Amino acid sequence: MNVPIGYLVALSGVLFGLGVLGVLARRNAIVMFMSVELMLNAANLALIAFARQWGRLDGQVFVFFIIGVAAAEVAVGLALIVAIFRTKHSIDVDDVSGLRG
Amino acid sequence: MTADLWVFFGLAAVAIWSAACMLLSRNAVYSVLFLVLNFLTVAVFFLLLQAGFIALVQVTVYAGAIMVLFLFVIMLLGAERVETRPSLPWQGPVAAALVLLLFGLMALAFLLSPQSAATPPPATPVFGSPESVGEVLFDAYLLPFEVTSLLLLVAMVGAIILTRRERSREAR
Repeated sequence: MNVPIGYLVALSGVLFGLGVLGVLARRNAIVMFMSVELMLNAANLALIAFARQWGRLDGQVFVFFIIGVAAAEVAVGLALIVAIFRTKHSIDVDDVSGLRG
Repeated sequence: MTADLWVFFGLAAVAIWSAACMLLSRNAVYSVLFLVLNFLTVAVFFLLLQAGFIALVQVTVYAGAIMVLFLFVIMLLGAERVETRPSLPWQGPVAAALVLLLFGLMALAFLLSPQSAATPPPATPVFGSPESVGEVLFDAYLLPFEVTSLLLLVAMVGAIILTRRERSREAR
């Protein structure tokens, strides 16, 4: 695909912004978590585009590591959500206000 | 407009539409399915940008394993529709304003940076093949690779510890 690199970076920025909107506007902890995944994915798209632009493979290797770190993050994050659901019986982030002053 | 641009805009429309539907759908299961569609679209982008190996990793690990984990937890908790009462009426507008500010800043940075309409130079056929990625991964990035394996092990143990029920407390 031969399109200017700016197009792909702009698409990556739009996807990242939608992820930020999800984290800020939704209160379902699982959907917020999925929005974080969307942001990571937008960063991956930018890295792959840069790797293609400069003809170096380091960007692709970074994406590989990001996917690995995202897998670890999802495992721990979903375990936390399950643990919170057991005590609060809710995954609404507004209900997790035990430390509220 | 060339065929490449048509392909780009079509795929970009699918990616943005699925991301927006992911945010808007009230049912968390639909959100997961829209996000899978988004990941598959981005994987097609990876394939078109000569990153075939990463595209397959994206499909199998991200769209496959990680999103199945999400679905599994949603169905385990029975938490498809829990978001009912809006307790913060100003949350949505403030979030939209902040995201618009972010888009404005990104557009500013985008317009101020030097732009070239030139398409990237043609890459060699082996660029992005599993062999070439593996050479870089196990040569220059060997230590981060091993650290990642340790990280995954720690995450696995952490997830087990976090979700384990305390046996002694239940016995009481």
